[in-house]
Formats: sequence, structure tokens, C-alpha cells
Amino acid sequence: MAAKINKPRLAVWKFASCDGCQLSLLDCEDELLAVAGALDIAYFPEATRGAVKGRYDLSLVEGSITTRADAARILEVRQRSRALVTIGACATAGGIQALRNFADVREFMSVVYARPEFIDALATSTPIADHVHVDFELRGCPISKRQLIEVISSYLAGRRPVTPGHSVCVECKLASNVCVTVAHGTPCLGPVTQAGCGAICPAYNRGCYGCYGPMETPNATSLTDRLRQLGMDDSAIQRIYRSFNAEAPAFRNQGQRRGS
Amino acid sequence: MDDTDQIVLSVDGLQVLIDVLTADGYRVIGPTVREKAIVYDDVASVADLPRGWTDEQDGGRYRLVRRDDSALFGFAVGASSWKQFLHRPVVKLWRARRSKNSWQVVPEVPPVERLAFIGVRACELEAIKLQDQVLLEGEHPDSHYQARRDNVFVVAVNCAVAGGTCFCVSMSTGPKAESGYDLALTEISDGEEGTVFVAEAGSGRGRSLLAKLPHRPASAADRQSAKAVSERTAASMGREMRSDDLHELLHRNLDHPHWDAVAQRCLTCGNCTMVCPTCFCTTVEDASDLTGKEASRTRRWDSCFTIDFSYLHGGSVRTSGGARYRQWLTHKLATWFDQFGTSGCVGCGRCITWCPVGIDITAEVEAIRDSEAD
Ligand code: SF4
Ligand code: SF4
Ligand code: SF4
Ligand code: SF4
Repeated sequence: MAAKINKPRLAVWKFASCDGCQLSLLDCEDELLAVAGALDIAYFPEATRGAVKGRYDLSLVEGSITTRADAARILEVRQRSRALVTIGACATAGGIQALRNFADVREFMSVVYARPEFIDALATSTPIADHVHVDFELRGCPISKRQLIEVISSYLAGRRPVTPGHSVCVECKLASNVCVTVAHGTPCLGPVTQAGCGAICPAYNRGCYGCYGPMETPNATSLTDRLRQLGMDDSAIQRIYRSFNAEAPAFRNQGQRRGS
Repeated sequence: MDDTDQIVLSVDGLQVLIDVLTADGYRVIGPTVREKAIVYDDVASVADLPRGWTDEQDGGRYRLVRRDDSALFGFAVGASSWKQFLHRPVVKLWRARRSKNSWQVVPEVPPVERLAFIGVRACELEAIKLQDQVLLEGEHPDSHYQARRDNVFVVAVNCAVAGGTCFCVSMSTGPKAESGYDLALTEISDGEEGTVFVAEAGSGRGRSLLAKLPHRPASAADRQSAKAVSERTAASMGREMRSDDLHELLHRNLDHPHWDAVAQRCLTCGNCTMVCPTCFCTTVEDASDLTGKEASRTRRWDSCFTIDFSYLHGGSVRTSGGARYRQWLTHKLATWFDQFGTSGCVGCGRCITWCPVGIDITAEVEAIRDSEAD
């Protein structure tokens, strides 16, 4: 087979985020050479310096939109990208910083910063899909290496990535874990959370805390009733839903619910 | 086999059974305690068995609790079923390699592993028979299931306690093992001789194995004690469900509002199908690597509670939770008759216990039946 003359160009973009998802790519030690072999890594601030101008075949976008400058920059990224994939809870749901959406940002700023007038922050943290068309969303906080490689491999092969939208419970049972809710009475968001992590938390006897965001058909109302039976009060319930995916609608609604 | 073939084994005799099976090349699997539950896993000795433990089961609730005796099998059923060993959760089907301009596909050969199951319950024997029917008796027997199934040695242990969610009596599947085993034991715990097992063989290889174990013949009293164990268990089922009218009842209630009432509670999480010993559905997932030179296909358990399960071109057929719960329940209790001539539920109670919100198949059927009486 003739060598490919032009490898697809990959860019990784960062918005408001912790870099953890980008690092997942660097963390793919075994696969990194293969990624570099299959794609021309043209823009990756975490790994290289200096922006490359031009167009990109595949853009991975980490982070949420929290400033006016970023709201403008994402439009440019979209224009330069043939396919745009968001990676991680910040990019797909606004991230932990979306907690500001439930509070008064001006008040925070006046308390935290000596000269709040220099701070240019939007009142909200919003997912990328609120601003531009997104071709595929990869969930997780952080994303899983395995799923990231799957998204890139499927892009290269021109097939649909295998990232099922069902609950974490399915993975939990495939792994033969003992259910922490049923057997230990531990609250777990697995039934309303999308699979992808391999049910890591229940494997270590912890409840899932929802870092992959809502599953395909979440019935969080019913789960909340169950959490209450397990002894969680309103504020505990609000806290469990208000983390990495607080702004995802199914979780946001529960965070706002009051005792029933 | 008649009653006179029954023998009595001591706990040491049970250890010899494990040793002989191991020496014969079997991987011995039985109940053991893990993460505060009784699960089926490798057992090397009777010390690995859940001595003195039992399980409290109710809708959405399982607790491992101490018994006041030293019974080895004094619980109902394990958290997940033997399905995990016969119809594996994830199975690689083939790998393919690109060479020049063609692909070379190499089917994955099922590993030959001889499994010995110790402590299979009557309902579980029936569940295995149902899976045999589905996976082996069609035009396309499942070679992976077959490879494992052909090499299984089954030691049944008759239930001495019924779980809080058990209803095998309603489904005529227990609590006494009737067939489908190589050996069947009934545990008589803490008697004059300590804990003993009244044992009988259900196959030729079971009979020859039994002969190798230290034992004494069963007396009339032993046989009576064993019979009493099964009778006591049968009389203490945690749940019941009238089962003679299910096919018609459910077929005439496909539009019943109760399906949507269940959907208010149902999380569509799929736990019930995963733990059900008869649910057999799978999906396949294809993978290709970064170089584009390798591909593979994997099969894994699927559930009728997922959206992809009923995805046809353009969308999923069962979008509502009500439609998905109805698919599950009516398949178990009604359309299984149309498809396989029998019920798809053996009354093990796992779907009730391991449903995070405790949705109860027996109660949902009852609600529909009751509504007709109004
Ligand atoms: S532990 Fe959590 S993720 Fe696992 S089956 Fe139970 S509820 Fe689902
Ligand atoms: S439907 Fe429920 S009770 Fe019936 S066999 Fe399946 S898990 Fe057991
Ligand atoms: S109940 Fe659902 S998952 Fe189980 S065998 Fe039937 S269709 Fe398959
Ligand atoms: S019935 Fe229970 S276990 Fe089954 S999908 Fe619904 S909530 Fe999950």
C-alpha cells in the first residue's frame, strides 16, 4: 500500500478546563506513536509550542466557554475544523466551573479579586455545543484513554465510535462488580450516568459520582427518590448532582429539586 | 436413580470432591464471599465457601448476615448467576489483519476450559436448560457457549433457605433439583455428626465420582431429613406469582397504563437483564486500530433497556421506559412461550433484589391482574 502523502491534521484546543483531558492523550504512552504516525499533530498547546495556522481535519476541544474571547475563538476553531470533537465534562456540559451558573459571578469576583474590573468572565460556563456545531461528544472527567483512542481510530477508519449511551450499571455488571447500592446501601449515580469508565468507582466500593454525565434516557427523578431513601437530604442530593456535569439538564433539574 | 443410591458425605468428603475435580482438570467454581455478598468464583477448598453466612434479599436490597450455625450453603442464590461462566459477558469473536489489499479474518477459537460448578440451585439448573435451548438448539448453535457447556460438571445443592425474593415454587423450578446435574447434595447442617450432605448422582460420571468419595450409605432418617429440608424451603418462599395464566394475561394487556406507571420508577439501567440467568441478548462491537491494519469483533451482553437495542434505521423503536419494561417483562413471561414453548423466568428473584429501585416482577404482574378484577 502506498504511504499516505497527507496525513489528516489533528489539533487539540483548550478552553476553560484543567488540562486533564488533553493529558489523557499524552498519557496514551503505548498508542501515542501510533497516533503521531496516523495523524499530523498540528496544534497541541500541552505538547508543543507555537500555533499552526491553517485548517484541521480533526479538532479535539477541551474546556468550556467562560469568557467573551473564548466565545469568539471557538467560532474560529469551528471554521478551521472539518470535524470537531469535544472531550470531557467541561466541553460537553460546562464542567465544574458551571457551578457559577447557579450563583452570582459578580459577587464572587468582588470577594476574590482586588480589582474585579480587570476580570472579563461571562456569567456562565457553557458547553461547546451551545456555541458551535459539534460532531461528536466524548464524556468523562477526565475522559478515558481507551475511549479517546477509539474516537480517533474510528475517525481514521470512517466508522462510528463505539461509545454506548447506556448506564454505568451495564458496565458494572459486565465487570461482575457487586452493586454498592443494593448490597451496601451506598448512594450511586451509575443508573443515570453514561457508561465509558468501566464502572471504576463501584469496583472500588464507591458510588458512581456521575462524571460521564447523564446516560441516554436518565430517570434521575426516580433515582433521587431512592437516594433520599438511602438517607441523603436535600443538600447532599444537590451536591451529588452538582459536580462535573451540574449544567447537564437531567442533573441540573435534580440539583434544583426540593424534598418531596 | 432410586433412593437407595443416596449416600452421606461429610464436610471432609466435600473437600475430597473439590480435590478430585481439581485433579481431573476442572476449574472449580462455587459460592464465596466478596464485597459483602455471596458471589460465584473460584474455590480451592471448603474454607472458601460462605460458612455461617446467609443473604437477606428484598426489592433493591441485599445484605449478607451471619447465621447462627455453620452451614456452608445456608443462603439462597448468588449475586450474579452461572451465566457469567457459560454465556460470557464479553467474548472476542474474530480478529482481522490487513495484508496488501485483502483482509485475513481469523475466528477466535473458544478456549477449552473444564468448569465444575458447586452449589447450583434448582432454579439455576432450569435457567441453564433454557439457555441451552436458546443458544444450542437452533440452526446456529453458539460455538462459544457450546465449548464451555460441553465441559461442565454440575454439583447441585438443594436450597435449605428460600430468599426474600425467591418464587421458584410458583414457577415449578424448585427448590429441589430434579434433573440437569451430575451430583445433587442436600445439606443437613450441625447434626449429631456435624454438617453432612445427603448426596445422589444424576449422571454416569456423577455416579463414578461419588464412588471415589469417602461416604456412608444414607439411612431412612437421612433421606427423611433431606426431604424435610426441601419441604421447609418450599413452604417459605419470599414471593409468589400465579403463573398459569401469564401468557394470556399479558397479551391482553399490552396497552395497560401500568407499563407507564412502572416507567416512572424504572431507571432503564438494565441491571435486571444482566443478573437474569435466562436473559441471553448480546450485541457486537467492531474495533479497528490506529494503523488501520487490525480489526476485531467483540460480542457482549446487551439489554432490551438500552436505546441501541431496538435501533432500526432512523431511530429506536422503544423510546419510552414503559415500552422497554413491557418488552422485558412480556418476553420473560409471555412471548418466551411463543418463542420457546416455556416461561423465560425461573423465579430466582435476582431482578427484584438487584434492581436499584426494587421493581418487582411479581408485584407488577399482580397489579395488572388486579386491575382486571376491578
Ligand atoms: S454499583 Fe452503581 S453502577 Fe454498579 S450496578 Fe449498582 S447502581 Fe449501577
Ligand atoms: S426474570 Fe427475574 S426472577 Fe425470573 S429468572 Fe430472570 S432474574 Fe430470575
Ligand atoms: S428480556 Fe430483554 S435482554 Fe432478556 S432475553 Fe428478552 S429481549 Fe433479551
Ligand atoms: S426494572 Fe429495575 S433493574 Fe430493570 S431497568 Fe428498570 S430500574 Fe433497572
